[in-house]
Amino acid sequence: MNRIDKIIHDKSRELLNIYFTAGYPHLDDTRDIILALDRAGTDIIEIGMPYSDPMADGPTIQESGTAAITNGMTLETLFGQLDKIREETQVPLLLMGYLNQVMQYGLEAFVASGKRVGIDGLIIPDLPMDIYEEEIKDIITEAGLHMIFLITPQTSSERIRKIDQLAGGFIYMVSSASITGARQEITPAQLDYFYRVNDMDLKNPRLIGFGISNHQTFQQACEFARGAIIGSAFIKHLAANKDRVVSATEEFVHSIRNEVSDKALS
Amino acid sequence: MVNDKGFYGTFGGAFIPEMLFANVEELKDRYLDIMSEPSFQEEMNQLLHDYVGRPTPLYFAKRLSQKYDANIYLKREDLNHTGAHKINNTIGQILLAQRLGKKRIIAETGAGQHGVATATVCALMGIECVVYMGEIDIERQAPNVSRMKMLGATVVPATSGSKTLKDATNEAIRDWINNPVDTHYIIGSVVGPHPYPDMVARFQAVISEEMKAQLLEQTGNEDPDIIVACVGGGSNAAGAFYHYLDTNTRLVAVEAAGLGIDSGESAATSVLGTKGIIHGSRTLLMQTPDGQIIEPYSISAGLDYPGIGPLHAHLIDTGRAEAISITDDEALDAAFMLTRLEGIIPALESAHAFASLEKMSWQSDDVIVINLSGRGDKDLSTYIKRMEEK
Repeated sequence: MNRIDKIIHDKSRELLNIYFTAGYPHLDDTRDIILALDRAGTDIIEIGMPYSDPMADGPTIQESGTAAITNGMTLETLFGQLDKIREETQVPLLLMGYLNQVMQYGLEAFVASGKRVGIDGLIIPDLPMDIYEEEIKDIITEAGLHMIFLITPQTSSERIRKIDQLAGGFIYMVSSASITGARQEITPAQLDYFYRVNDMDLKNPRLIGFGISNHQTFQQACEFARGAIIGSAFIKHLAANKDRVVSATEEFVHSIRNEVSDKALS
Repeated sequence: MVNDKGFYGTFGGAFIPEMLFANVEELKDRYLDIMSEPSFQEEMNQLLHDYVGRPTPLYFAKRLSQKYDANIYLKREDLNHTGAHKINNTIGQILLAQRLGKKRIIAETGAGQHGVATATVCALMGIECVVYMGEIDIERQAPNVSRMKMLGATVVPATSGSKTLKDATNEAIRDWINNPVDTHYIIGSVVGPHPYPDMVARFQAVISEEMKAQLLEQTGNEDPDIIVACVGGGSNAAGAFYHYLDTNTRLVAVEAAGLGIDSGESAATSVLGTKGIIHGSRTLLMQTPDGQIIEPYSISAGLDYPGIGPLHAHLIDTGRAEAISITDDEALDAAFMLTRLEGIIPALESAHAFASLEKMSWQSDDVIVINLSGRGDKDLSTYIKRMEEK
C-alpha cells in the first residue's frame, strides 16, 4: 500500500504536510530535516526540487531554491541523499518540482530513481492534465506512485470532478487565488469555496495549502479538509535559524501542533 | 499551423499551473472569435492606420543593394508609433482585453520596448497598467522606464533570480495568478502558453500581409526570395514570416550570439538550446543538464531571452527556417553600416538581421526583405560608446 494512502487510512487527526526545499539552507540538510519533521509529528513531507523558474511558487520558496542551486543541489545529488532513507523512516515522501526538471532527467529514469529511494508521490504543478493522461500516467501508476493535482477557487466543478478521477493520494486544494506565502487569513470568499468543494463528496481527501502559517490557520484549514500543507512559513523559519536546522524544524512542527506556544518561535 | 492544443509539431502547448488555467482557458476559448468580429477588425485596423501609422513603407535600399549585389527591401517597422513592431500586438491585445471585460493590464519587458508599447495603449484606453521589468534592465534602460512612467504605468522591479527579462516574465505570471479575474496579461512575444504564441503571431502578421501587397506593386511578385528577421522570442520574425510559411521563400531567423556561441555569454537558442519548458511552452531553451534555465547574454536586451517561440523552434527543427547567429560586434558594425549607407539608425535587435548579410549567399537578381523591426534611439548610448572606442 502506498504510504500516503496508509496514513490517510490510519490517522484520524488533522494531517500535517510540510514542504521544504532540498539543499536549503545547506546542501546536506535533506536527511536531517526529513527525520526531524517525522520525529516531531509531520504526517507527509514534500521535498522541493529547487528550480530556477518556479512559476507557481512565491518569493520565499524561489529564494530558497536559488540558494539550494547555488549550494550545488541537483536531482542526482538529491536522489543520492535520499538513498536508504527508508531504513530510517516510513513517513510518506512527495517530490515537488517542475516538469522541465523531470523531462531533462528523463521521465522513466526519474520514476525509477524515485521508486528506488522510496518516494510515494509527485507534485508537478505545471503538468497539464491531458499531457499527464496521454504521456505519463501509465508509468506513474505502474510504479505505484501517486500524482497529486491542484485545484483553486477558479477551478470549475466539472474540472474538479475530472481531477478527482485522475488524482491519487489526495487533492491539493489551493486556498485562494494566490501564490504560496502571499496571504495571511482565511476570508469569507475562501469559506464559500471550501464549503462548495466539501459538498462535492470527492473520492480523494483534500489537503489545503497556500497561506497556512501557524497553529490557528492550520486548525481553521483542517475544519474543511483532512489536513493542510505548509511551505513558505517553514522556509522562513529555517532562514531565520540556519545554524540549528534540526531543533528549529522540531519546534516549528510543535508550534503548528500547538505543543509549544507560537511565541517560542524566533 | 498550430493545432487545437496549441502545438506546432512537438513544440508549444500550455504547461501552466492550475492557478492560471481559468485565465488561459478563457483566452483560448475566445481569442479567435473576438478577433474575427467585424467591429474588432474595424477598430483595430483604424487604430493601426491612424494611430500607429500603418501601413509601414517597404523601402528599396539602393545603396545597401549595391553593396551586397542583391535587391534589398526594408520593411520599415521602425516607423511605427513608439518606434518598433511591438505596438501591433499591444493594440490588438488591449482591444481583446476590453472585450473580455478586463480592467487592469500587466506586461513584462526587457529593453522596455514592449513595456512602452503596452503603457501607450493603456494610456490611450484609460486602463491601469503595471509593467514588470528586471532590476538590472531598469538600470540599463532608464529612458524607457521614464517613458513608461510618463505614460502613467507603474513599473515594478523584478528582483528575483537574475533580475532580467525571464524574471520579469515570472513576476508578471505571479501577478496574474494573484489577480485572476480582472487582469489581462499582454505578453510581448510569440512565447508563453497557448494561445499566446498564435495570438501574438496573428497580431504581428500584418507585417507580412502588407509586404505581399507592397512587393507585388514594386516588383511584380508578392513572394521575395529571402526574408530576414531577428529573433529573441520571435515576434517580429513571426509577423514577417506568417503569410510566407507555405511558400518557397527562404526564411532566415537571426539570433544573438552575444560574445560568441562558445563564449558562455550568448543567446543563440537554436544552437545552444535543448528541448524543455519555459514560461508555459515546450520549446528550445538554454538550460543546464539538470534543467535549470540559463541566463542568456546579448548586447541587445530585446534578444536576451533564454528561449525561442515554439513556432520558430518548429520551423528551425523541420528545416523550414534557417538560423544564423550574430555576435555583439557584428551587430554593432552592421548598425553603423546601415546608418552610413541608408541614413537609418536601426535598433540593436534589427542590426543583427543586417549583419547576417555578411553570412549568407544568394543570386544577384534575388529579392531580399529585411524586417527593420525597430529604430535605434533607445540604443544611442551604446552606439556613442562604440564611436568613442573606434
